Amino acid sequence: MSAHAQKKKNPIWDWLTTVDHKKIGILYLATGAFFFLLGGLEAILIRIQLLYPENNFVGAQTFNELLTMHGTTMIFLAAMPLVFGFFNAIVPLQIGARDVAFPFVNSLGYWLFTAGGIMLNLGWFLGGSPDAGWTGYAPLSTTSPGNGVDFYVLGLQISGIGTLIGGINFLVTIVNMRAPGMTFMRMPLFTWTTFITSGLILFAFPALTIGLALLMLDRLFGTQFFAAEAGGNPIIYEHLFWIFGHPEVYILILPAFGIFSEVIPVMAKKRLFGYSAMVFATALIGFLGFMVWVHHMFTVGLGPIANSIFAVATMLIAVPTGVKIFNWLFTMWGGKVVFTTANLWAVGFIPSFVLGGMTGVMLSVPPADYQYHDSYFVVAHFHYVIVGGVVFGLFAGMYYWWPKIFGRMLNETLGKIHFWLFFIGFHLTFFPQHFLGLMGMPRRVYTYLSGQELETANFVSSIGAFLMGVATIVMLWNIIQTSVAGKKASNDPWDARTLEWAISSPPPEYNFAQTPLVRGLDAFWLEKRAGNKTMTPAEPLDDIHMPDSSILPFMMAVGLFIAALSAIYSSWAIAIGGLVLTFAMMFLRSVIDYHGYHIHKEDLPSEGVDGK
Amino acid sequence: MRAEETMNKLPANPERATLEGKNKFLGFWFFLGGETVLFASLFGVYLGLRKATNGGVTSQELFELPLVFIATMLLLTSSLTAVFATMSLKSQNFKAMIGWLVITVILGFSFLGLEIYEFNHYVHEYEHTIRSSAWGSAFYTLVGTHGAHVLFGVSWITLLIVRNFGRGLNLYNAPKFYVAALYWHFVDVVWVFIFTVVYLMGKVG
Repeated sequence: MSAHAQKKKNPIWDWLTTVDHKKIGILYLATGAFFFLLGGLEAILIRIQLLYPENNFVGAQTFNELLTMHGTTMIFLAAMPLVFGFFNAIVPLQIGARDVAFPFVNSLGYWLFTAGGIMLNLGWFLGGSPDAGWTGYAPLSTTSPGNGVDFYVLGLQISGIGTLIGGINFLVTIVNMRAPGMTFMRMPLFTWTTFITSGLILFAFPALTIGLALLMLDRLFGTQFFAAEAGGNPIIYEHLFWIFGHPEVYILILPAFGIFSEVIPVMAKKRLFGYSAMVFATALIGFLGFMVWVHHMFTVGLGPIANSIFAVATMLIAVPTGVKIFNWLFTMWGGKVVFTTANLWAVGFIPSFVLGGMTGVMLSVPPADYQYHDSYFVVAHFHYVIVGGVVFGLFAGMYYWWPKIFGRMLNETLGKIHFWLFFIGFHLTFFPQHFLGLMGMPRRVYTYLSGQELETANFVSSIGAFLMGVATIVMLWNIIQTSVAGKKASNDPWDARTLEWAISSPPPEYNFAQTPLVRGLDAFWLEKRAGNKTMTPAEPLDDIHMPDSSILPFMMAVGLFIAALSAIYSSWAIAIGGLVLTFAMMFLRSVIDYHGYHIHKEDLPSEGVDGK
Repeated sequence: MRAEETMNKLPANPERATLEGKNKFLGFWFFLGGETVLFASLFGVYLGLRKATNGGVTSQELFELPLVFIATMLLLTSSLTAVFATMSLKSQNFKAMIGWLVITVILGFSFLGLEIYEFNHYVHEYEHTIRSSAWGSAFYTLVGTHGAHVLFGVSWITLLIVRNFGRGLNLYNAPKFYVAALYWHFVDVVWVFIFTVVYLMGKVG
């Protein structure tokens, strides 16, 4: 197993079998972007339905399916994989590693996520999509007719396993694979947030696994977990869902915080203000994130003591979050701030997210929450934190890291048009929804009556959604145009601070020809201040060990997909066949030895040695 | 001495001597952390539903502690033999390790046999099924998920024994044996909680 690395491989086979974290990152980003567009399309259909009172554009049942699939798609199939795309593409580079700890598992995680994403969307073609909301509360979900909710349950289950093993992978990667000298308190903030986020994934996703498994058992096998008439208790599902679901929102927002903490210092030409406070705040948010799930259930009737404890815990989270906001502001303070597109997203994020945070504190007060609950006020709140926080973060990361990942610059002018259209469209859509909610408009209802003063705000809201749609088209045009005729990116186009900018754009498959020596926080910046063009190596040039690519992860995902689809239609023989396929692939993985191969030092391009 | 020759063959702690081994070791501990949340969720569900018998048989009428006690002893003993296997791995005595693992697997299969007998007994003698009540659903799901873990564990360890029987211990397979033993201990620990929460509390709680 030696020199076969140089052989040209069939590109489709190459992408199906790759275990390279950079390629898997691109796969995650591309798949996530596809689902982001799909979820956006669903949002626009929702807003067309709500454009006028008593509109009948899609009807009640389709509206239920659209809002369920919009939420599920955006959270699980767009935001999660885009976050994982950046983890994969950037984190190993930031810590000076050649790959992740488990390249095979990394590939498996991607394919499981994709299989689950396809499964979730099959309902559109097979007689009805999930229609019980993205939360899938029992007994609405257990009694929903047709197969729609089955696609939800099994699709999320499969993609959830992929996410879980991805989380374990990044935990181990960050603990074990850091370059010499990179202590924990020298890690870039994005790596820190990846680390904390992966911990949240590890401890949150199993609760979802159980919640979904019980839903599946109730729906497909006639168990009684959530059937009140047989002694079951649907509140158990709400607990399980939110024990997962609240950490999930931090799983999404913490990586976005990490991206802002990379972009803002680079664009202000200053080191991050309060680095250790930022690390501590991230850890504290992660910890408190597990203590607050009942604030989604204030109106269930768990009693004043439970509600008070969870209300106080929820308000506490505002403290570390506030620390972060002020640290970003102080980082910019007195800096030489350049408003590149990436930085526009970061600067636009701060007021938008603070608004979402303020309504979050309002919602954390249980007596007030009884008024806001299930109204458009809640819809406005979580879109302010998810769009104003997560999506802005993902866009900032996209404009910032695009040159590193793809080797080409995005067009800044088109980027700024994208930002302003999206920013205005976003506030136009969701700001009026606060007032719709306070005026009593319930969420998840397919229409509203005329003559209740809800018309204007709904109309404005829909116009804003269309504006975000136009902005997205500008973004797509930017991507297409620059990938055809874009400027080639240099190694370090932003004069940045972290290790990923010390190597070529895009990086070679082994990342670092020689593992770099890290001498402090902002390792690459330190070397540049010391007059060095590249990182000082920590080891002599030697053969580089690379992992073997494998088709087994793809086949495992195919097996589970077949099993789940057949189980929905009660074709048990085929379902068992699918499981057998998956276990057979696990068997092969166990009995075949994978020793990897070496890239010989003589075969390395000279650029890796002398730098540029 | 023969024993000393084998001692010198591999570095100390062969399961963690390579980066791959270190990664597996740490990654598996993280995985067990996730498994802990998984079982904690199932225990929570069980505790919430353990009185919901839907007018059917109760846990006091159903459970027979002698049978469960034998099952517990089988599994606890298998955990001890897995410890001996790990100690043989550390002292790099391959034959002893395989021997202890074979005993572990036999004990594991015996446990599974008892569990299948138990479930069959409940279903046919007491009409206590996964559908008969919310408690039945919770019972079979919790205990069954544990049983599935036992089945996976014995299959995994058997596969490791068969695959590596002819080639001895090396730095590539030492982490595999080690994490399989870790998994086995975890499965045993879960059973200790099932014995307490499901069976003992079911009898007297």
